[in-house]
Amino acid sequence: MAGLPDARLPAGPIAGAWRRTREELPLVSPLRKRQLRVLVVGTGLAGASAAATLAEQGYRVTVLSYHDSPRRAHSVAAQGGINAARDNAGDGDSISRLFADTLRGGDFRAREAGCMRLAELSSAIIDQAVAQGVPFAREYGGMLATRSFGGALVSRTFYARGQTGQQLLYGATQALLRQVAAGRITLLCRRDLVELITVDGVARGAVARNLLTGELEVHTAQAVLLATGGYSNVYFLSTNALKSNASAIWRAHRQGALFANPCFTQIHPTCIPSGDPGQSKLTLMSESLRNDGRLWVPAAAGDRRDPAQIPEAERDYFLERLYPRYANMAPRDLASRRARERCNAGHGVGPGGRSVYLDLRDAIAEQGLEPIAQRYGNLLEMYERITGDDPTTTPLRIYPAPHYTMGGLWVDYQLMSSIPGLFVLGEANFSEHGANRLGASALMQGLADGMFIAPATVTAWLAGYPTPEIAADHPACREARARAQARIDALLAVQGARPVDAFHRELGALMIERCGISRDGEGLRAGLAELAALEQRFQVEVRVPGPASGPNPELEKGLRLADFFGLAQLMLRDALAREESCGAHFREEHQSADGEARRDDARFAHIAAWEHRGDGTEPLRHAEPLAFTALQPSARSYR
Amino acid sequence: MSRPISLTLRIWRQDAPQAPGAFHSYRLEQVSTDLSLLEVLDLLNEQLISAGERPVQFEHDCREGICGSCGFLVNGQAHGPRAATSVCQLYLRQFADGATLTLEPWRARAFPLIQDLAVDRAALDRLLSAGGYCSVNVGQAPDANAILVGRDQALSAFDTATCIGCGACVASCRNASASLFVAAKLAHLAQLPQGQPERRRRAAALQAAMQVEGFGSCSSNLECEAVCPKQISADWISWMQRESR
Repeated sequence: MAGLPDARLPAGPIAGAWRRTREELPLVSPLRKRQLRVLVVGTGLAGASAAATLAEQGYRVTVLSYHDSPRRAHSVAAQGGINAARDNAGDGDSISRLFADTLRGGDFRAREAGCMRLAELSSAIIDQAVAQGVPFAREYGGMLATRSFGGALVSRTFYARGQTGQQLLYGATQALLRQVAAGRITLLCRRDLVELITVDGVARGAVARNLLTGELEVHTAQAVLLATGGYSNVYFLSTNALKSNASAIWRAHRQGALFANPCFTQIHPTCIPSGDPGQSKLTLMSESLRNDGRLWVPAAAGDRRDPAQIPEAERDYFLERLYPRYANMAPRDLASRRARERCNAGHGVGPGGRSVYLDLRDAIAEQGLEPIAQRYGNLLEMYERITGDDPTTTPLRIYPAPHYTMGGLWVDYQLMSSIPGLFVLGEANFSEHGANRLGASALMQGLADGMFIAPATVTAWLAGYPTPEIAADHPACREARARAQARIDALLAVQGARPVDAFHRELGALMIERCGISRDGEGLRAGLAELAALEQRFQVEVRVPGPASGPNPELEKGLRLADFFGLAQLMLRDALAREESCGAHFREEHQSADGEARRDDARFAHIAAWEHRGDGTEPLRHAEPLAFTALQPSARSYR
Repeated sequence: MSRPISLTLRIWRQDAPQAPGAFHSYRLEQVSTDLSLLEVLDLLNEQLISAGERPVQFEHDCREGICGSCGFLVNGQAHGPRAATSVCQLYLRQFADGATLTLEPWRARAFPLIQDLAVDRAALDRLLSAGGYCSVNVGQAPDANAILVGRDQALSAFDTATCIGCGACVASCRNASASLFVAAKLAHLAQLPQGQPERRRRAAALQAAMQVEGFGSCSSNLECEAVCPKQISADWISWMQRESR
């Protein structure tokens, strides 16, 4: 591949640019649509809505999901809500304000045209979801209700209790099932993508492993859409579902798709911390708890007393002390970083000193137990179920956890990767969230990509490429299948003594330490060496029980972990190369005297896009410069 | 807080749908009560793998009670003894030291067994394909505030839409009926103005599909409601009977 492809950014003012672009995109006749096949991988908000919309327009669509049902994709777990610029609360919200919040929230590391398009499409998403029967919260008068979220001064977050992602996903997957019934979508569940098929550098299909039979299947198409989510599970312990993986985007990367900003990963401050080594995931507690909860640690390092025994004067309400203006509502990255800093200084509480208190005591004393229980009832129950502690009588213990990845496959303005014919949607692409995503913006981006952007741009691609579908026994298909088979055989042949999870746990510990909330050059270089050693041990010591046929979850895990090793290396390299602090990427070397992030716009106002150049050769870092015309970069300040 | 306990897991092991199955017992010593039952299965599986045995197959993914992947019987109860809790949210502090837990897969004709504790619940999606949606294409939607929906009406619709499709209701019904699952979907859409145009057709189509897929009729013993991790009321089943007249 020769350098960075053209990002196809719109000319002229960014406001209205998507509408202008769309009007010029070529169309495909209804008759011809019926002869064209599109392959969609993933059934979260982005994948399900793209598949349904393309099928509604008449295309033949094949959908792959690793789940037994499209409804289980991890979008289902999103709690808080979805942003839309509708000025629903009459508080002066507008498209340009949502645009500005998104660009500023991402610390000016996203394309302004993309952020503007997202803001412009946001309102239509709500219309479509409501028409699908999504039961959003309503006011007594019957109008849509909204609430406010971090990083915004307006109330623009639409929600369905604490299960907004679930309800939006059911709307999208029901639209998908409607097209299954209409015969336009072939839905294939329990399939994992194991290779991308390209012919002359153009995406033409994928090899999927049938998770029930173990068979490697070839699925060809004239366009391939990856909507396979993020890679927070590199860290082993994260808020992601356990099987969320990066295999589809990583396989595509190895086939030539550039990977953008891999080190931009969001660590959410309020999660239930890890306790036992056997713990398998971290559960998110909505950050809304910070509205009434005060974060503190014992002022004296190593103070192991019961929290009730620690008098007021001996508590350090560290966010209130450091950020008097925003206090406990400081943005996610700052809250996470400060919590870690306190723990590292020996002030942490709970097992291993790896958590801080979130205390509802004062709120309960002021407002009474009833309103607090009503506001956070389901959260407090969940906390009690998991930890066995009653958060109304003893402070909650929380700690930051990997939650979302802003990085992903590089795409142009039309969501096409650097592999022609390969489109990437939702969290899987490097997105409009820059270096830090705002709360309630992930659902918005997934649905904007799937409902509106991809259907238009995939159509434009298909209009210009009248190539027929390749046959399943095309040499490129055979070769891709052979590559996948070779990886499976190699993994099963190791027959060491340690299960996959043991290595994954080690990888996670390494990555959270070296490339988590805070990074530094020395640690990142050490991390690269440790990672190489761990991967080498994995290759000789892992035990993946056979056989290759029939259900074998351990083989699935092994293949996924092998891909995580590659991605982890790229994350470390990217974090090392980005010699600045921006958004969720905090480099110890680049901070002000009072410990705040120092961005370097002169050297790093760009997207880093990594090119795979074969095993044993270092990947190449390309830089796509970011231009700002509508809003000039300013420093974030929450003091 | 945390205390280590010993456990015996009696687990249904079956290699393949047609292969014979049997219970196997596994003893686990000194496991932390801070672990969830699924994490204990992870632990057991690591031991089985190291010993060269096939790990126990069970469905899971989000492990926070929302994706609906997990589900098996614990001592005869779907999702185990704790109300309003899917099995991934079941922690060991629920159990006494030395307890024996019998783990069995969902048993229903419409849910063919895959292996061990995993069954195939694709029939539930085929029920939804029969009409569990609003027929509206992207591009056709009117303004979201153009049709008013009362606050309580929206909340009641939400309460039925919250079904995670785990299949516990089917597994705990002696007729293996999907009545609660179908009633919940019909009620979700019938309570909203957007669901009105197809309301009658949807009710007839989903109930017909339920028969085709081999689910039985409602057994009226309401175990479905008792085991539902989302506490969906079985009153909706009686509502459904009226709805389809």
